[in-house]
Amino acid sequence: MLDIESQKSPKGRWPTPPFDPRFPNQNQTRNCYQNFLDYHRCVRKMNQRGKGTQPCEYYFRVFRSLCPRSWVQRWTEQIQEGTFAGKI
Amino acid sequence: MPYPFQLGFQDATSPIMEELLHFHDHTLMIVFLVSSLVLYIISLMLTTKLTHTSTMDAQEVETIWTILPAIILILIALPSLRILYMMDEINNPSLTVKTMGHQWYWSYEYTDYEDLNFDSYMIPTQELKPGELRLLEVDNRVILPVEMTIRMLISSEDVLHSWTVPSLGLKTDAIPGRLNQTTLMGVRPGLYYGQCSEICGSNHSFMPIVLELVPLTYFEKWSVTML
Repeated sequence: MLDIESQKSPKGRWPTPPFDPRFPNQNQTRNCYQNFLDYHRCVRKMNQRGKGTQPCEYYFRVFRSLCPRSWVQRWTEQIQEGTFAGKI
Repeated sequence: MPYPFQLGFQDATSPIMEELLHFHDHTLMIVFLVSSLVLYIISLMLTTKLTHTSTMDAQEVETIWTILPAIILILIALPSLRILYMMDEINNPSLTVKTMGHQWYWSYEYTDYEDLNFDSYMIPTQELKPGELRLLEVDNRVILPVEMTIRMLISSEDVLHSWTVPSLGLKTDAIPGRLNQTTLMGVRPGLYYGQCSEICGSNHSFMPIVLELVPLTYFEKWSVTML
């Protein structure tokens, strides 16, 4: 579930993340963070209900495109250690 | 690229930079006109024997030299605001590239499809080949497709830096903990140089940026070789 490698983007025509009207300005920090949170929340909820996590893939691809690798790595480690500050 | 004894901007490689160039021409012309008028009037004042010691008011000329500057300022403001809003237009990018500033190099990440990332260090002066530009060349250039709207996301891993490419009219601060977005659209293939524009330590002058804009097929071939 938390393994990025197992959720690699499909080899299809994934255009880059579209314009998100919730984040219209120069500062896209929240765009990256929000999609990261949404992905993990989606996966958690789907797993709770026993459903597949395929619909969560959109959030995964958006944060993979937008978020710097170092940030994703740091947050993933924090989630694994239980020290992640966000609500998932 | 910059050249010795350069007076103006580098040639524009993006539509926004073209607009900025023309706006600068327009505004600089107004500046020259006003300055030469003022200098001319000063020289007239200093070289006349005529005097007028009983001036009480000058309503007509005061009206003119209030209204006319107001009109000139409006003529400057309108194109300026037009370009400002043009820079903020919503466009749909075809590619996202992230760049992280470090002390003292840039790293680039292309993660739309696979995980492509590399560092870009300046080539030291002793290792330059003949014809290469001092303090501007890098080992790994940023290869990008030409004539495509590209979303650039800029941040930093340590201190403040600033990612600049003057030919495309781009300058965006790299701030740790913040992800700044800018839009890149090059209309011509070629090499475009820039330098870090925010003081970041001893080698601040030695972390340049080089964009290599190429046709899409070359970009796709290159990205496969870099994986």
